Parts: sequence; C-alpha cells; structure tokens
Amino acid sequence: MEQTAAGKKTVGERILRVLTVTLLVFWAILVLFPFYWMILTSFKGYGAYNAEYIPKFYTLSPTWENYLEAFTAVPLARYFLNTLIFTVITTAVMLAVITLAAFAFARLSFPGKDLLFLLFLSLMMIPNELVVITNFVTITDWGLRNSFPGLILPSVTSVFYIYLLKENFEQVPDNLYYAAKVDGTSDLKYLFRVLCPICRPTLVTVTILKVIECWNSYVWPRLITDDADYFLVSNGIQEIRENGFGRENIPAMMAAVVVISLPLIVLFLVFRKKIMAGVARGGLKG
Amino acid sequence: MENRNPKAFLYLLPAVVFLGVFLVYPLFDVFVYSFEEGYNFASQTYRGIGLYNYRYVLRDPYFLQALKNTLLLVFITVPFSTGLALLLSVALHSIPRLRELFQTIFFLPYVTNTLAVGLVFMILFSRTPYSDGLMNLLLSFAGLGPVDFIEGPYAAKMFVLSFYTIWIVLPFKILILTSALAGVDEQLYRAARIDGTSRARIFFRITLPMISPIIFYLVITGFIGAFKAYSDAVALFGINLNAAGMNTIVGYVYDMLYGDSGGFPSYASAAAILLFIIVLTITVINLLAGKRHVHYH
Repeated sequence: MEQTAAGKKTVGERILRVLTVTLLVFWAILVLFPFYWMILTSFKGYGAYNAEYIPKFYTLSPTWENYLEAFTAVPLARYFLNTLIFTVITTAVMLAVITLAAFAFARLSFPGKDLLFLLFLSLMMIPNELVVITNFVTITDWGLRNSFPGLILPSVTSVFYIYLLKENFEQVPDNLYYAAKVDGTSDLKYLFRVLCPICRPTLVTVTILKVIECWNSYVWPRLITDDADYFLVSNGIQEIRENGFGRENIPAMMAAVVVISLPLIVLFLVFRKKIMAGVARGGLKG
Repeated sequence: MENRNPKAFLYLLPAVVFLGVFLVYPLFDVFVYSFEEGYNFASQTYRGIGLYNYRYVLRDPYFLQALKNTLLLVFITVPFSTGLALLLSVALHSIPRLRELFQTIFFLPYVTNTLAVGLVFMILFSRTPYSDGLMNLLLSFAGLGPVDFIEGPYAAKMFVLSFYTIWIVLPFKILILTSALAGVDEQLYRAARIDGTSRARIFFRITLPMISPIIFYLVITGFIGAFKAYSDAVALFGINLNAAGMNTIVGYVYDMLYGDSGGFPSYASAAAILLFIIVLTITVINLLAGKRHVHYH
C-alpha cells in the first residue's frame, strides 16, 4: 500500500509526512534526553561537573568514581536488597492469594458466590488514599513499623488481578476439570498442575505489573519506615536528595539514579511486548 | 455445575482476610476518624463527634494552597496530555515502518522510578550558584533570562510540575490510544478514500467518533490520576512541599498523617474524604458530559 501510494503523493502529503516525523522525533528526544543526561552526568567527575558553568553535552574523561561513591557513601546496596526482598515476597504472596481466590470464584461453587464476587468487584472503586490512613494506624499499633511484614502486608491482594485471573480460569474447558476429578486429582493439585500452567501468560503479566509497582512504590514505604535499614530504593533516592553525600554531589546522585532505574529498563527491554500488552489490558499507574 | 464445596471458603480465606483488614475496615474507619474531634494519637482518645476536622482543614492555608495546586495541575495536564497523546498516536499510526521503535521509546517513562527520574528533571531545571542549568542555557538561546524553576516563581514551578506529570502519564495514554486506532476497521477508511473524502474529514468523521469511548475513558482516569498527584511533586521539590508552596491534596493528607506536622489522622481523614468527594463529583460530571458527546457502537 505504501509503495503504490508513494508514486502519487501530493506536496501537501509530503509536508504532512515531514511534520509527522518531526513531531515523533521531537517527542522521542524529550523522552530520551533525561536518560541521556543522567547517564552522562553519572560519568562526569565531581570537580569537572562543578566547573561547568555552561553544561556540556559530552564528557572527554569518563570516570567510574561516582558509582563507587554511590555504593560506599550511602547504603545503596542495602536499599537495593530491601527492594528486592520486598518485591519478591510481595509478588509471591500476592500470586498465591489471588490464585486461590480466583480458583474459588471460577471453579468451585458455594452459596452466595455471585454476591461475594460482586462485593469484591465493588472494592475496586476504593481509592488507596482513603484507606492508607487507617492502615498506617493499624500497622503502627501492631508494632510493625520499620519491618518487612509492615511494608508487605497491605499490598498482597489485588481485586483487579483476582478478576483478571478468574476470567482466564473460566476459559479453560470444564472437561479437563472433570477428567482430573475422575482420576482422583485433588482440587489443589488440579489448580497448580493443570490450571496454572495453562494460564501462565496471564500469571506472567500480573507478575510483571506487580514487580513494576513494587519497585516504584514510594508512599507506603515512606509512611511506614523512618529507619534507613528498611528504606526501599525510592525512599533511598529521596534520602540521598535531602541529605546526600555530605555535599551536593550531583554526579554521584545521578549514578545512584542510573543504578536504580536500570533493573526495570532491562526488564522492560526483555519483556517489551508482554509488558505493553499487560498494561494495555488494564495496568493503571499510580 | 458441581456440588457445593465447603472447601471453597478456605481458598477465599486469605483474600477475604487481607481485603477485610486493609481495605474494607479502613474504608469505614476513615469516616469515623474524620468525625472524631481532638483525636489524640498517643492515647487514642477523642473529645467529641462533629464536623470540626472538616472546618479546620477547609480553613488551613496549607490545604487551600494544596487544593489550588492540585486543581491547576489537573486542569493543565489532563487536556494537554490527552491532546498530545492523541496527536502522537495518530502520527505513530500513519508511520508503519518505525512504529515499533517509537512505541518502545515513548513507553520508557512508564517503567521508570518516578522519584529517581524526577531528580534528573530537578537538575535539568534548577539553578545553582555554580550553573544556571541546562534549561536556562536553552532559554538563553531564545534571549530569555535565567529562571529558577525549582525554587523560583510559582508559575515556573507549576510549569515544571505539569511538564514532568505529562512526561510521566503520556506512555499509558499513547499505548491505549494506539491500540484503539489499530482497532478501527480498515474497511471504513477504504470506503471513505474511494469516495475521495479528505484526510481531515476522515479523521473527524470516522477516526475520532470510533475511538471516542477510549478518549473518554482516558479523560476520566486522567482526572482521577491527576487529582492524586504527589510523588512527582516530591521528586521535584523535596519532602517539605508545604515550605515549597507546591503541596498537593494527597501530599497534605500524608503530611497530616506523618511528617513534620504529622500525627493528626483525623485531619488527614477529613482531607482524604474531601478529596474523594471532589474526585467523585468530577467523575460524575464527566460521565454526564460523556453521555452527550461519546459515540458508543
């Protein structure tokens, strides 16, 4: 279609095409530039950076010293490890909770099922900002401030993911279930040996979206931790910004920002199609 | 189907417990807090029941500033980001060759840590004794004087916050709009082209009506999301948003709960409920307006 149309393109169409490409390139630069700038700055020496009254778009003497500084002067490795622990446990527990619930709604029958499911769905409308106050008090009362359970517990269920998984479970033919029953397979075994493998794409999507959410979570960790031993990367970066490296060390800050941003960007480049499809299916930011 | 299964409740138990403790109970509790006057966090006692907390919040200059900031942010970023996303999506749709590359680039802000990249924006826009910063370098090419976007005039700060917010929310909108555009039936376009319909006419008479439910969805979720702005502001202006004059309603709630002025769950609850009422009102208005202008098919 492109080629046949190319022959009879009018001047107006050519101009439109140039404008279109210009617009796309312009926004691509706006998106990429902050990434370029943080990588560039992270390789500039402390002295060299501060000597630049007019910022330079390149550096002739790249240095690793900022990365060294980021890992030694502030507990960046600890923030990293905390975030990793938080992300892995939260995601794993959530997967277990939502899989069990979705299975009950999709496959088992019990009195009041439809009503309960409707109630579940209505919970999706509750904004997080409204419940965070009481959760803060609850976790404080339980003495779980500055602890992993305190960080993790409020975010191990998601009504939306239960709904997504239930829809997927229901698409699996009934026959499989009855065949498994005839063979004497228990419900639990059927769920993990048959249903979960079949619905793996949905489980992977949910996992990726949850990992992104965990890696970027800021508000709840900020409320519930004030001990730097339990900071996640978002809180860590804020701490670096407020109290820093003892001096205003922007290149080292940028090195920390690069280190923190890298895992998700790598994850995105590897699972690009899956992540974009997953977000399009119902990922909501914030 | 299958006979009743008492074990079903066991499967549901974890979800029900977690949702009950961390979602349903807090929903009721937040209303209780908001009406308890003079609540003391340490002794967990209160003086009486009434509307004092709401009156306090509505008179608090910090809340009014946060309200003003949030409203400005909402009414700048929602139309702007939706319009820009539409423009970029239509542009993407008309370039089949490099579409995937551009789509990948445009999506990047979605997978970045808001706090971390906000720091980069802060550096790009800020002005220090050592340097006027990159943004001011660009402005100087246009003959404009240096402006401190981070600690300077209100309009400049609002500009950075809006710009960063748009930068952050655009990937989601572009993704949704490009898949909506790809979903429009090719037949419609072909028929229109045979009839010799102009490009602009095709866009306004076919494309726009066909994707209007999606645009509508983005406007509604955009409003809700923008009203909850907070982390972006923290990333740019630091934790003490009240001092910077750039607090948002959500930021006010958290500051009341915990922070330098913290320890007041009652005020926080009242502010959170006020926010919820505002969002609900705007959403209802949107839904009513949408009924008239959106074409469902």
